[in-house]
Amino acid sequence: MDPLEALVAQIQGLSSTPGDISRLHVILKQADDSLRSESTRLSPVLAQLAPSEHSLGFLYVLDAFTSGQISKQQAETTVPIITGFINACNAEQIRLAPEKFVLVCKRLKDQVMMLEAPIRGVGPLFNAARKLQLSTEHLTPLHSDFLLLCLLAKCYKTGLSILEDDIFEVDQPRDLFLYCYYGGMICIGLKRFQKALDLLHNVVTAPMSSLNAIAVEAYKKYILVSLIHHGQWQISTSLPKYASSVAQRSLKNFCQPYIELANIYGTEKIAELEAYVQTNTEKFENDNNLGLVKQVVLSMYKRNIQRLTQTYLTLSLQDIANTVQLNSPKEAEMHVLQMIQDGEIYATINQRDGMVRFLEDPEQYKTCEMIEHIDSSIQRIMALSRKLTAMDEQISCDQLYLSKVGRERQRYDFDDFDVPTKFNI
Amino acid sequence: MDADDDTCAPITDEIRANGGGEQRTRRPIISGDQLDIEAYASLYSGRTKIMRLLFIADHCSDEKIGNPSMKLDALRMAYDEIKKGENTQLMREVAQKINGRLGPSYELDSAWCDTVDRRAEQKKEKLENELNAYRTNLIKESIRMGYNDFGDFYYAHGQLGDAFKSYVRTRDYCTTSKHIVHMCMSVILVSIEMGQFTHVTSYVNKAEQAPDALDPITAAKLRCAAGLANLEAKKYKLAARKFLETNPELGSHFSEVIAPQDVATYGGLCALATFDRTELKSKVIDNLNFRNFLELVPEVRELINDFYSSHYASCLQYLGNLKANLLLDIHLHDHVETLYDQIRHKALIQYTLPFVSVDLNMMANAFKTTVAELQKELEALITDNQIQARIDSHNKILYARHADQRNATFQRVLETGREFDRDVRSMLLRSNLVKHDYNVRHLRKL
Repeated sequence: MDPLEALVAQIQGLSSTPGDISRLHVILKQADDSLRSESTRLSPVLAQLAPSEHSLGFLYVLDAFTSGQISKQQAETTVPIITGFINACNAEQIRLAPEKFVLVCKRLKDQVMMLEAPIRGVGPLFNAARKLQLSTEHLTPLHSDFLLLCLLAKCYKTGLSILEDDIFEVDQPRDLFLYCYYGGMICIGLKRFQKALDLLHNVVTAPMSSLNAIAVEAYKKYILVSLIHHGQWQISTSLPKYASSVAQRSLKNFCQPYIELANIYGTEKIAELEAYVQTNTEKFENDNNLGLVKQVVLSMYKRNIQRLTQTYLTLSLQDIANTVQLNSPKEAEMHVLQMIQDGEIYATINQRDGMVRFLEDPEQYKTCEMIEHIDSSIQRIMALSRKLTAMDEQISCDQLYLSKVGRERQRYDFDDFDVPTKFNI
Repeated sequence: MDADDDTCAPITDEIRANGGGEQRTRRPIISGDQLDIEAYASLYSGRTKIMRLLFIADHCSDEKIGNPSMKLDALRMAYDEIKKGENTQLMREVAQKINGRLGPSYELDSAWCDTVDRRAEQKKEKLENELNAYRTNLIKESIRMGYNDFGDFYYAHGQLGDAFKSYVRTRDYCTTSKHIVHMCMSVILVSIEMGQFTHVTSYVNKAEQAPDALDPITAAKLRCAAGLANLEAKKYKLAARKFLETNPELGSHFSEVIAPQDVATYGGLCALATFDRTELKSKVIDNLNFRNFLELVPEVRELINDFYSSHYASCLQYLGNLKANLLLDIHLHDHVETLYDQIRHKALIQYTLPFVSVDLNMMANAFKTTVAELQKELEALITDNQIQARIDSHNKILYARHADQRNATFQRVLETGREFDRDVRSMLLRSNLVKHDYNVRHLRKL
């Protein structure tokens, strides 16, 4: 019998129980090379297999089928096949061969980008990532690809839904870098600056033994988002002590224009800031950060107006324009209106007198929603601290940790018991 | 004290403008007269007199003071004073500054310089021989006296660094606490002249820790020196405390450094700039000892009382009058602006403290300034969080604003929760990364 047809029969036969599936897995691994050599004959095979029941077999065949170079027309046909597979496949089966699954999905991404329709890949990759994850705290290589497609297709909200999960388990540090960097960009696009800051902070302070380009780019954006959100950024306090020494030493060398920008921002002279942006427009544009830089300049006006709310109860639009160094009361009115709409200040504009009246924050912290919010925060933090204790216990029982600690412990005290030597590896 | 009063009373009347009378109700205030140099200089003796006169000569043509005619007078008096001493270096400086403007008797007298230098050489040789003799004989007391003499000699000739070293060398040969105190005082004097006030502080501490009790005059001198050191270090509150603790027996015993009028002025101004109301009342106004000093500078006394009783306009006016003369003072020169700003800010804050709402027009009247200026000053103070209020710029009213503790607490709580959440999550993530890295490296090693 044709080995291929035999294989198909086995796949169809052995896909029902877990025991069968593991046997199937072994058979498939052995048949992998032969599948690859027959890649041209595989499309009718795919038609015979059902993705939802025979997921593992389908996966291997699909992998062999798409392994070669694929042209644009071929991509047109393969993309729906892969999409269909991802949507229908069985999560447990594909988790037995995660690398293959990842490969297939990456090829999907490449093909979708080749077809210049990234949005076609957004939905499937979202499902793929969810299926591959062992838990919602687990980061897969697919997450970063998914976020990349979201960015290209400008579907920020879908990207945000995946970012809401907290990540704790990471397979490959490189995945994390890309994930946090793209995630930061998505949050910036949605103007969720605090979350963007958190994600970029993770990239910049992640342990790394040598500098990588992702961290450098992330650092640049980190500086800019800091300025927009917090209104300040000092180089001395920028990187906390737990950031890797490589990062602390070298990151600033690559980001000189941004650090200059931050210093000028600190002097609160709008004219200087704008002049600096003008002279360095090219550099910012090359890094694709010009839009963000413009937002930084805008945020300076906002910050000045916010400071006024602390000192004045009412102020004329003319005075606002003068203090904040705007050109006319009309501009001042536009800025204030925009800030009121964004909820950044509380004020009323009296157009007849040309006066703005600043109000207090109406939040009284007395509503039910606030109580629920506080309550849920408390629950969340308690869960976090339980997790922390669990992790602590786990590490103290870890073999590697004990062997390292045991080796390094000085034998001064006779009270300390020696770590048994069988832990010395 | 009586002797002091006789000499000081007419002098103080000349030096400081006649603030006069005993009533403290509104009365026309005479503007401060310009500094009477002779009277001022007669308060001091020794090197500081020369330095102060030179300082006045250098600075009296500053824009703020604008009185160039004083310059020649000061230079002339400096010349006379230097001639009485043995410092040829200063003589050359002064002669150059005078530049022949005061006539032939005030030119560089090279003959005098040469005689003085030759005498100095001879004296130095003699002192060295004596000191070597004492050293070979190993008599502690004589060696100490020898180094002391050296120190005095160098000091008289303006070689302050060598003087300092000589005085410090006597330390090894001091036997009684009187010696130690004497050594400390000499070192303090030289350090003040050199402008190295860190040494002043350390030697004041050393002297105060001497085993025997100090006599009141020395104690007062040490307090003044400490106060000066603090003033130079911009620690105005500590300086004020030290000056206020000086007992009135100081009199003119410390005229090589400071006059009692200066103690009053420095102490009063620093206290006004840094003390709060209760401290001001208990330590300055009710302080009997300090009252003796304040009598010597009635303007400062008036201005402190005005401030305490909220007559801000007259208080600020006294300050304005005194400013020109204070800028000519060698120690206070750099600090006048800061102290004045601080006093003005305190006045503004104190004015607004008792009220719920303040009409800015009335306040501008009380401080004799325009509403626009006042608004700018208040804005700066509010931004600095020194005044808790907000300005209604439309109606020109200042409303007091009390922070809502409850809301602030809620905000802080939520913020702390968020930060903890964020930090712990990133920490767990990082530790996982490190663990992964370690595992990978470990697997590679196997």
